[in-house]
Amino acid sequence: MTVEAAAAPGGGSAPSGRPDDGVIDDGVIDDGVAAAFRLRPGILVIAAAVMVAVLGLSVAVGPFRIPLTQILPAVADRLSLPGVHTTLTPQEQVILFQWRLPRAVLGGLVGCALALSGATYQGVFRNPLADPYLLGVAAGAGLGATIVIGGDLQAGWGPLDTVAAAAFVGALAGVVLAAALGRGAGSSPAALLLAGVAVASFLTAVQTYLVQRDSDGFREVYTWILGQLVTSGWGDVALLAPYVAVCGAVILALRRQLDVLRVGDAEAASLGLDPGRIRLVLIVAASLLAAAAVAVSGLISFVGIVVPHLVRLLVGSSNRVVLPLSALGGAAFLMLADLGARTLASPAEVPIGVITAFVGAPFFAFVLWTGRRAIA
Amino acid sequence: MRSRHTPSSSSRRPGRALGAALLGALGLLAACGSGTDSGTGDSLASADSIASVASTAETAADAFPVEIDTAAGPVTIEARPEAIVSLSPTATEMLWAVGAGDQVKAVDSLSTYPAGTPVTDLSAFEPNLEAIAAQQPDLVVLGFANDEIQAGLAGLGIPVLLQPAASTLDDTYSQLAELGLATGHPDEAADAVADLRAGIDEVVKGMPAPAGARPKVYHELDDTFYSASSGSFIGQLYQLLGYDNIADAADPDGSVGYPQLNAEQIIQANPDLIVITDAYSYGPADIAARPGWNTIKAVADDRVVVVNDDVASRWGPRVVEFLQAVAAATPTPAGAAQQ
Repeated sequence: MTVEAAAAPGGGSAPSGRPDDGVIDDGVIDDGVAAAFRLRPGILVIAAAVMVAVLGLSVAVGPFRIPLTQILPAVADRLSLPGVHTTLTPQEQVILFQWRLPRAVLGGLVGCALALSGATYQGVFRNPLADPYLLGVAAGAGLGATIVIGGDLQAGWGPLDTVAAAAFVGALAGVVLAAALGRGAGSSPAALLLAGVAVASFLTAVQTYLVQRDSDGFREVYTWILGQLVTSGWGDVALLAPYVAVCGAVILALRRQLDVLRVGDAEAASLGLDPGRIRLVLIVAASLLAAAAVAVSGLISFVGIVVPHLVRLLVGSSNRVVLPLSALGGAAFLMLADLGARTLASPAEVPIGVITAFVGAPFFAFVLWTGRRAIA
Repeated sequence: MRSRHTPSSSSRRPGRALGAALLGALGLLAACGSGTDSGTGDSLASADSIASVASTAETAADAFPVEIDTAAGPVTIEARPEAIVSLSPTATEMLWAVGAGDQVKAVDSLSTYPAGTPVTDLSAFEPNLEAIAAQQPDLVVLGFANDEIQAGLAGLGIPVLLQPAASTLDDTYSQLAELGLATGHPDEAADAVADLRAGIDEVVKGMPAPAGARPKVYHELDDTFYSASSGSFIGQLYQLLGYDNIADAADPDGSVGYPQLNAEQIIQANPDLIVITDAYSYGPADIAARPGWNTIKAVADDRVVVVNDDVASRWGPRVVEFLQAVAAATPTPAGAAQQ
């Protein structure tokens, strides 16, 4: 089965007679089909606007009351725009720029990384349910990070540090194991997912064992289960941003090739592409994204499956559309979820993983139900 | 690892506080069972009544058999136990406090106080029936309700005292009395309770009267801002000392016990005192370095106190030490006036 099987009607219903101006030319697939595959700038602008609006909302809302009308001037002042002076107190500025804004941006980056990673796996494996969590990627990243933290092997140079590296190795091991096991079990999408479940369970068991051995640190495992974005300052943002930028650029640059692969490896090869290499690069990039997100925020589940599917329901199924919109949508989704985490029980916090799972699990069931013929 | 940019801060995260929250929830549940005061017959002595009747001179040896009302129902102890296994660090401290230390044969891996306890690798959190039975105990003290272990030990004819996390100081007193009764030291237990009450009273009486509004405290469990509200045991100790607890805003009815706070709210609440434990490797300097926290009164006035994690998380005789540490850091009205 292919990605289209679970996709929304919008995927195939774009007007075919539409003029070609303002669309990204694919140059590979003929025009009749291409309209459905193209990313219209209007949609991109809308998605970006939604993301920016959610970012604004995240920054505006919190237990510390900062007047709405003061936020934009404060940002302008911060950027040293001429003629603008904020009336916020230094304390309010610290809240705004050292707590609320970095947390919102971190949430956006984590959401972007997880959603883009999920969308990439779904495209590469042609499986609508592929996701960093279901494939054992997150469990592998968690195990890698646990080994480094538990063994006191932490060291780092900017964004290159041992925790992120170990998380990446673990993530890659997870996805490679799941893919190998799944291939051995047959070609159905269910085989890959069941293999992923087995791999995730195994890696989680190893991680739990390691954590339990340290009687003082055994409670730490809950962190991974719940996930969190509690942060101060810009350190975590600086850590995650380079991974999102580089891997995101690689994945987005390959989005057309990924669409071509859907037609078949032979056709792709005849067009001069190397399907094996493209898949490898994409899997490595997606795993690195997921690993970096897990290293910073713990286990926040379902983002990688909810967001790409929402995008497919709304605008279409081609990777050229799904990948960039998932990146933006993932950022907006997780910022919204974190807003919920901060405000639902305010001034207490709700673990963000609880919120994403509360929204994501029913959605996952919905995807299973609508795509049941394709998956069975 | 989120915090690895600051080398002095810890990698430990809120799972620990979650564990604490679970402990608290267990304590609340157990409190429902332990507060009942049954009629005191000749052979049936309730722990509460012993605690209040301080000096009914009765020699320890002829007190057995005793029947004790515990959190898990009545327990009969036929003879003075000589091979006690304690699977609760707090109960271990209490056993020594009531003078039953030399009757203790083995304790769990975390029961390291007082010095010289017979520490084994028995787990308090995941007790193993065979490992406990291998010690051939004649009394087992549990800190968590555990149906399998309790039923298993009952099947082996080994009496079990369940002493879950206290939710009030009264639970502490009745657990001390219960242990005294069970080990043949009722008088020493009554003395220990009296000493504890006196020690607490002394600290409370020595507290300066607040110059204006009640001082505010923030008790930090970890660097993701899990805290302890007045619904928790430790929160009640702060109440006793006349503190308002900023975590109560996140847990108005006290049902959560250990809510996770938001850093913004902590800055805004502006506590007069911040209490952290030594369970993590960060200290007052790391707290002062958090963005915006230098505006918090407790940080500005240098009132960030580090307390021993065991003292702050157990409900035994050492609560006095905790209260003393907090009291010592409390601003005096004269000091406050100078600020």
